Amino acid sequence: MNVLDMQHVKKSFGGVPVLKDIHLSVDEGEVLSIIGPSGSGKSTLLRCAAFLETMDDGEMSYLGQKIVSSENGKAVYIPRKDQKKAREAFGLVFQNFNLFPHFTVLRNITDAPIWVQKRDKEEVISEAEELLKKMGLEGRENAYPCELSGGQKQRVGIARALAMKPKILYFDEPTSALDPEMTLEILKVIKELAAEKMTMVIVTHEMTFARDVSDRMVFMDQGLIVEEGKPEELFASENERTKAFLGKYSELK
Amino acid sequence: MSFGTICLQLAGGMLTTIQIFVLTLVFSLPLGLFLALGRLSKNPVLRNVVRVYNSVLRGTPLMLQLLVVYFGPYYLFGISLSPNYRGTAVIIAFALNYAAYFAEIYRSGIASMPKGQYEAAEVLGYSKSRTFMTIILPQVMKRVLPSITNEVITLVKDTSLAFSIAYAEMFTEAKAIAASQRSMVPFVAAAIFYYIFNAIVAGVMDLLEKKMSYYQVE
Repeated sequence: MNVLDMQHVKKSFGGVPVLKDIHLSVDEGEVLSIIGPSGSGKSTLLRCAAFLETMDDGEMSYLGQKIVSSENGKAVYIPRKDQKKAREAFGLVFQNFNLFPHFTVLRNITDAPIWVQKRDKEEVISEAEELLKKMGLEGRENAYPCELSGGQKQRVGIARALAMKPKILYFDEPTSALDPEMTLEILKVIKELAAEKMTMVIVTHEMTFARDVSDRMVFMDQGLIVEEGKPEELFASENERTKAFLGKYSELK
Repeated sequence: MSFGTICLQLAGGMLTTIQIFVLTLVFSLPLGLFLALGRLSKNPVLRNVVRVYNSVLRGTPLMLQLLVVYFGPYYLFGISLSPNYRGTAVIIAFALNYAAYFAEIYRSGIASMPKGQYEAAEVLGYSKSRTFMTIILPQVMKRVLPSITNEVITLVKDTSLAFSIAYAEMFTEAKAIAASQRSMVPFVAAAIFYYIFNAIVAGVMDLLEKKMSYYQVE
């Protein structure tokens, strides 16, 4: 079943179209990367899926439930109270981490499961400790975000998203604010999640990583999906624009 | 009259001064927060009403506002209030005035919060009120504390304005003793009192700042 399904998504900012008729669907267990030049609309697409932007037109479903439908060329969202299931279906890892600086690492991870999902406190804490162990952050429960490196912050960000038990996890350029060493730390974590069959959508500029980790890749440019397919297909593409973008990348190596 | 006697005579006034100070903060700090929220509201009527309120209260002298609050009920509505109304008038005028200053401080603090904090909270499913109370407000408080400290120190000195409606706080009494004794000493005693009071206030605020220094705002 499709965890996420987006059809005919359109979005403009101040009259400038950023997404022009985008289709995107993600199967359970699938790892999808979205690549493309800056300003191509990748992040906006992810933010539409995460309810952080409102699409102008199009359709969106989560786990088979219709969240947005298109009526007379306009996107119509179902009432907020009915969006609960969909909003709980995904987690989002931000480029700038967006950890809560006044909470400890542990509280960053456990606060929402305890207060929003109303889950058992003891259980949430023991799960959070498991997650921290998995992220290589054992013993840092009581540290504050300002005491962590960028890579550690991002790992807390991932743990925080995972603690909500999402069906699908979104990454919005998770390594763009990190140096190469820290980038590797994060990519390793994402690869581990992929091995566990976590459904993920990753917006990234890390081409080699995207190729290695993804089941499917989407190449976007100027608000359109230029091409999508298996990583090897995209890297062997005959499409001029894809070749130009990925070609520039392979020249570097 | 010895320095000690003068201090003893001023002691009652000192307590009144401290009372004005504490009550003004108790009312104006929360009121300022509500005004700040009104100022940031999506409702244009509310937003502009608060904007004009803040502008008038910050743009006219506190002493004048105090006189309006004290004499207003009689001049405007013919209501005679007992002389006990003096103390109430002082608290009302001070709280309304300081709330306007605090509102602008909170407003700038709230406006300076990075959007990412709201987005992270939204994605995690926090309600709007929980986001504000547990994520935004604590960080805003840390950010605005130095500006609040400035206002609080000004408030200690502003309490002396209560003399304009002859409310028996310390400065009013110091003035009376100085006039009857033809002496500068009561003023010296008052100055020392304000200075020590403010040193304590500054110390407490400093302690608060240190207490909040366990984390850094992004």
